[in-house]
Amino acid sequence: MKPKTLIKLVLLIFLSFVSTQSFAKTIKWSMQGDSLTLDPHAQNEGPTTMVSRQIYEALVTRGLDMSIGPQLAKKWATVDPNTWYFYLRDDVKFSNGQKMTAEDVVFSILRAKKPTSDFKEYISTVSSAKAIDDYTVQIKTSKPNPILLNQLSNIFIMSKKWSQENSVINPQNWDDGQETFSATNAMGTGPFKISLREPNTKTIFKRNYKWWGSMKDNKVTEIRLLPIKNAATRVAALLSGELDLVTDAPVQDLARIKSSTGHKVESTAQMRTIFLGMDQSADKLRTGNTGDNPFKKKEVRQALYQAIDIEAIKKKVMRGLSEPAGIITFPGVNGYTKELDKRLPYDVNAAKKLLADAGYPNGFNVELRCPNDRYVNDEAICTAVVGMLGKIGVNVNLFAQTKSKHFKELKDNQGDFYMLGWGVPTLDSHYVFHYLYESGASWNKVNFSNSEVDAAIRVMEGEVDLEKRNASIAKAWKIVKDDISYLPLHHQVISWASKSGLDVPIRPNNEPLFRFASFD
Amino acid sequence: MVMLVVAFVSFSLFNFVGDPINNMVGEETSDEERAELRETLGLTDPIHVQFSRFVVNASKGEFGISYQLRRPVSELISERLPATIELVLVSALIALVSGTLLGVYTGINRKGFLSDIILAISLLGVSLPTFVIGILFIYLFAVILGILPSFGRGEVVYLGFWSTGFLTTTGLKAIILPSVTLSLFQMTYIIRLVRAEMMEILQTDYIKFARARGISENSIHYKHALKNGLIPVITIAGINIGTLIAFSIITETVFQWPGMGFLFIQAVQFVDIPIMSAYLVFIAFVFVMINFIVDILYYFIDPRIRVKAETVSG
Repeated sequence: MKPKTLIKLVLLIFLSFVSTQSFAKTIKWSMQGDSLTLDPHAQNEGPTTMVSRQIYEALVTRGLDMSIGPQLAKKWATVDPNTWYFYLRDDVKFSNGQKMTAEDVVFSILRAKKPTSDFKEYISTVSSAKAIDDYTVQIKTSKPNPILLNQLSNIFIMSKKWSQENSVINPQNWDDGQETFSATNAMGTGPFKISLREPNTKTIFKRNYKWWGSMKDNKVTEIRLLPIKNAATRVAALLSGELDLVTDAPVQDLARIKSSTGHKVESTAQMRTIFLGMDQSADKLRTGNTGDNPFKKKEVRQALYQAIDIEAIKKKVMRGLSEPAGIITFPGVNGYTKELDKRLPYDVNAAKKLLADAGYPNGFNVELRCPNDRYVNDEAICTAVVGMLGKIGVNVNLFAQTKSKHFKELKDNQGDFYMLGWGVPTLDSHYVFHYLYESGASWNKVNFSNSEVDAAIRVMEGEVDLEKRNASIAKAWKIVKDDISYLPLHHQVISWASKSGLDVPIRPNNEPLFRFASFD
Repeated sequence: MVMLVVAFVSFSLFNFVGDPINNMVGEETSDEERAELRETLGLTDPIHVQFSRFVVNASKGEFGISYQLRRPVSELISERLPATIELVLVSALIALVSGTLLGVYTGINRKGFLSDIILAISLLGVSLPTFVIGILFIYLFAVILGILPSFGRGEVVYLGFWSTGFLTTTGLKAIILPSVTLSLFQMTYIIRLVRAEMMEILQTDYIKFARARGISENSIHYKHALKNGLIPVITIAGINIGTLIAFSIITETVFQWPGMGFLFIQAVQFVDIPIMSAYLVFIAFVFVMINFIVDILYYFIDPRIRVKAETVSG
């Protein structure tokens, strides 16, 4: 053997040793809360879905850009407005090696419709599901449903056989505190499987090598979820190297994390908009001093709007981490446009004039209700608003309290003027109109009522022709924006902090997808 | 009786903490569903009905099902109990041992430079809030030095129903920071108590007499003086254990220690009434028991009480 060959050989052996050393990588991930249950149909809640989505998959799914794409179904078609066909991939196996077929899909959809499921309302329009052959599923709806794909992207597919063997053909009965095999065990078709679960302490996900898809980075073999409640501890654990990724980094610590070598911060607009509501139907403000309700007048609402210096709030209160909003929904929601999101200009003099024109040259008194533990810097935003409105003579008394009291009292119709934030899990404007603008809707505490808007909402619910549907969405947005029924403030921004060498793409719904994670 | 009062006070507090329903259901739940849930939880019953139901069940050891975690409260508490007990025992030990030693030292060397430093630091111990100390420790030992973990309990070993962190290296390492943090406040107390006792006792006649007899200083300090000085310390130590359990709430939250205090904080934020009431009743029970035991111990330790009791009965 020539010396050169020998050196090459030694180098090769050495290098292969090094690469196997760095081959397996664990991502230690932390956030404030933990999944409540591993049963994929028992709880429709943020962290629960985040955990389930690493293990389970759905017919369709949202990609990194939040648009709907194929997952277990490779394509789909509608033959009439109420009948959908889904054509499944034929190479999908569960993590125990069993093949996934149409039977499993039908079983799972029907399971999610059972009385103990938390998704039964969610897919209430699905009237039947049946397997046409091994890889074709037919789903019928009771009425035309334009957002069915949205809804199906959250219905996870389980194995029928596994569910039968472990007697979990019904979802865990969460409300009764039932304990089932499926609450502490999971078996899906996704890129990871659970290898250890200690609720609120530690959950370990291992790679599922039977997964049909391909990882962005093969080195990622294990995920550890280590929830830490206290924000300062979470940041400290990241800085000390005990964590790799924190998906809810607190605003006040971002600068500190950025300044640390070996760590980085990424931010993106979150799916939540913060705004203020004004009761427009009461004859007399509960906390006012004028004996009437100034909010009934659009001029007054506009005066308040133009008196708020949103850029100052962004800079001083939110430390740059907010996007000023012109409507109460955010980019990515069907119906959102940049045009709609433009704000009326900040103009104190115009606001004063509007107020005087409306008959309140000396302003009026009102109480602003705010939560102090729900949204990012909620109370600080309200404090800023109080000062700004004071400049046009509106004397605002701030009443900030904990979320469980704030929302209860809001529901009990106790608020004249209040703060609220709204997220849109379906990413469709209907969700906003249905809860915040429809006459008598459960969160419509401004008591807005407009027959044209109500009619448009009916169209949104039943029209499958997307063009017509989008036209009515646009029309409804125009009406409510011109009416200034709410005072939009800003879209919240979320930030993820991680080690510099780790790349987990940040998503507006705050859900990490570890199949797209990679190490440098 | 005390228990009943605590039960009533904690119970009536819950009427002011807010509505659990909003936390339990999503924003999109209809008002009818909310009302139905309120009905099934028994929240619509009059207060006195709710209270008597609570007392009857509590006396049977049943505290219902947690609103948030949806598991029996008794099970949740017994699962979290070992973590808190281990933390409290270790910090009580740290507080007692180092508190006594430092107390004796500062009591003897009243004017020493080291004594001044110990006293100054112990003053910080009482005046700084626990969470600040905890965070400082985390930054120093976990972030800057990187030698101790900043959160959690490490690996635990299950011995029957009891989960212990004492049998693994990670478990032992993990308990250091939280237990020292928790012990600081009590330690300061003990230092000052022992110091005062020592200073007082060293002035008494029998110590002077012992000195006159030529007994060695060490023997005087540790055998004669400390023995007498410890009586009040032991009395207080008992009550301290109760306080440690109660005050572990903050330490547990800072260090993500999976104990009962942490469970309680989460319950408060969620308005999880069953857990909150069970926890408060449990703490009251611990205090009542400890007071009872201390009273009995006092009888054995302090001869004067025994004599008095005998005179009365005689």
